[in-house]
Amino acid sequence: MFKILQKSISIGTVTAEYPRVAPHLAEQFRGRLEFDFAAWSDARPAADVCPTGAIAIHDCDGVRQVTVDYGRCIFCGECEQASADGAVRMTKQFELAVTDRRDLVITAEYALQADGHHGELLSFSSGPIAEEPGKRIEAAIHKLLGRSLAIRQVDAGSCNGCEQEIVALNNPVHDIERFGIRFVASPRHADMLLVTGPVTRNMELALRKTWAATPDPKVVVAVGACGISGGIFGTNYASLGGVDAVIPVDVYIPGCPPRPEALLHGILLALGLVRQRMGTHPRG
Amino acid sequence: MTSLLNNLRECFPEQIRAVEETASGQFTVLLNGPDATAMARHLMSGYQARLVTVFAEDRVQVEGVFYLYYVFDRPGDPSWLILKASVAAENPTFPSLAAEFPAVNWQEREIQDWFGLEAVGHPNPRRVALHDNWPDVHPLRKDFPLDTVLPPFEGERHVYRPAHGEGVFHIPVGPVHAGIIEPGHFDFAVAGEPILYLQLRMFYTHKGTEKLFENLPIQRAVFLAESISGDSAFSHGTAFCRAIEQASGIEVPARAQFQRTILLELERIVNHISDAGAIANDVGFVIANAHAGRVREILLGLCETLTGSRMLRGMVAPGGVRRDWQRTQVEAIEKTLKVVQREFRDLVAMLQSSNSTRERLQRTGILRAEKASMLGVVGVAGRASGVDLDLRRDHPYEAYRHLPFRVPVYQAGDVRHRLLVRIDEVSESIQMVRAAVTQLPDGPHRAPTQPIPPDRCAIGAVEGWRGEIVHWVHTGYGNCLERCKVKDPSLNNWPAIVEAVEGNIIADFPVINKSFNLSYSGTDR
Repeated sequence: MFKILQKSISIGTVTAEYPRVAPHLAEQFRGRLEFDFAAWSDARPAADVCPTGAIAIHDCDGVRQVTVDYGRCIFCGECEQASADGAVRMTKQFELAVTDRRDLVITAEYALQADGHHGELLSFSSGPIAEEPGKRIEAAIHKLLGRSLAIRQVDAGSCNGCEQEIVALNNPVHDIERFGIRFVASPRHADMLLVTGPVTRNMELALRKTWAATPDPKVVVAVGACGISGGIFGTNYASLGGVDAVIPVDVYIPGCPPRPEALLHGILLALGLVRQRMGTHPRG
Repeated sequence: MTSLLNNLRECFPEQIRAVEETASGQFTVLLNGPDATAMARHLMSGYQARLVTVFAEDRVQVEGVFYLYYVFDRPGDPSWLILKASVAAENPTFPSLAAEFPAVNWQEREIQDWFGLEAVGHPNPRRVALHDNWPDVHPLRKDFPLDTVLPPFEGERHVYRPAHGEGVFHIPVGPVHAGIIEPGHFDFAVAGEPILYLQLRMFYTHKGTEKLFENLPIQRAVFLAESISGDSAFSHGTAFCRAIEQASGIEVPARAQFQRTILLELERIVNHISDAGAIANDVGFVIANAHAGRVREILLGLCETLTGSRMLRGMVAPGGVRRDWQRTQVEAIEKTLKVVQREFRDLVAMLQSSNSTRERLQRTGILRAEKASMLGVVGVAGRASGVDLDLRRDHPYEAYRHLPFRVPVYQAGDVRHRLLVRIDEVSESIQMVRAAVTQLPDGPHRAPTQPIPPDRCAIGAVEGWRGEIVHWVHTGYGNCLERCKVKDPSLNNWPAIVEAVEGNIIADFPVINKSFNLSYSGTDR
């Protein structure tokens, strides 16, 4: 007993200070890909190697539409390697959670040249990637907060990669309880469902029932490429795709899997929504 | 292998149509007709061969038949033997081996579900992979499109074996569990606290993976392999790449072999340490879990430095690895391992210092050696119950032949010994990674990309941290796959949990389950 205490004291505090302090990321960490649309001469090599169709091209009437969907991206970095013109660049940005699915999608239109390369960039539309930095969210919540949020995690068909990182939220380094957030055993005790996907045909009913058992006001957070869009599994005879194909989703956290800080960012974003809804949905 | 093949030719002259070395060290015996049972019995009783996996393939459109593949290995021989039996489309049945060899019970039922081939004589022919509410479809048949839309879900109709008697009742658990774990349904029949029997219902996370493999170009399919079981992303990815390399004769450069070996062992160390913590946690020793979680984070930081991903994703590729390492990255390995070794030693001392923990783990969830070998249990769970198997030693691949290591094997088969196997393996793996770093050769990290030749078949097998992972591929035209069979170690080990929990109190189920720590997604695919 004494030795255990001694060990713990000698280790000291290991808890990271995210979101107040930026986390230590390895130089090699692969975060959000940045696209220099004006300089991008050809999207085809990137679209060809993209394992999930996160980069897609559609040619019609001399116009090429290029879509980049961070809700499908698994951050493999193959597009960066494949794009010879350097227009695709990996960044270390990980705070990617949004409340609107459309904000994860960028569309660019190019005049199409005869050789298949891009001509002039005709139009470009993008939602705000990184809705708000975690730092600001935390400050805002701190004012509102009763310092308590109960999460029920639901694996609706995941490969268990996301679960690894969700479990890591409970370790002493990420220690989610420092925000008053804890994981609970029953949806009846939960304010939030944290759902990984893709939603399989065999889990659809269980997910619907879990959602129904969660009292209002509640928020649903879809985790990872598969939870957002079905990811590499997409939709098929056994997979219904993303979580919002089955229940309404309030926050989307991209990643494959999202690192613990990315999960925290999304959960804090959702926590803001819970507080807002608390005002309009008195419990009792 | 030559003498064994000659013996088969002598004993079964009528049955054998051809023998071929389909990939290096992989021998395929093509049979006349659908019945491989006599030869399988002969191999298992006469040659101590082990039936590693059984699966099927639909070749009706091309050759008018389905094929059944029975993969064997045997002690002291690094090659693989594959019996290939054909089932005529007009008579879609095959004789079952499950009554004699329970290891294939679920696998034969998968063949029934996926392909609509009836396993004649199967002791429990109910559906296993497709739930009872599914319509009568066979998704791995070639005439079943991947994107088929099936009628909506109508609820579970599975009937569990009833339990009768005074004070006997059922406890249904799942598919949504209380912790952060994957979905599955457990139906416990209990008499007070002790568990009479456990019935499992898996395949809740079935997501059409094997079918999807047939619809993706090979370079994208690698990422699908990484998503079979997220905690074994690198092992599954490597098993898949090895199958492709074996099928197409791609030579992996020496440097990449060592890099892969280092990453495979890191995956083992990470998962074993977190399991050690989780086992302690399930018996109330929370502080040990906290330390394990802390050490795990140190290791995940190293994983990120080496691959760009904490979960080792996006690194392995056919022909080697995607990214080479700079000197600073290689130095980080030794630096981190030094810390991890010290911390792990303290963690083990902590676990062993607690008598109450030892009390809870000892003689809990016993899987007897004879049951383990009968059920074909593999990996950590097998080695804790006397099953002395380890692909790294038995079928050496990558750089393992250059690295000395010991394979821990215990007989007791309880939770404590499943923990001890992990503890021993962490120490071995740390030494292996160190040795691999000092021997890490210079040179290319990836063979030049080349088109994959069609119509080649090969096995890729890797000893993942949980146990043996086997991928089998049949290549098609245009860099695509005709078929990819995936066998995760969890598949054979689930029925072992049923054995291990019998007679234990229900409150010990979580720790027993955790001591196996099987992958639901790897099972369900």
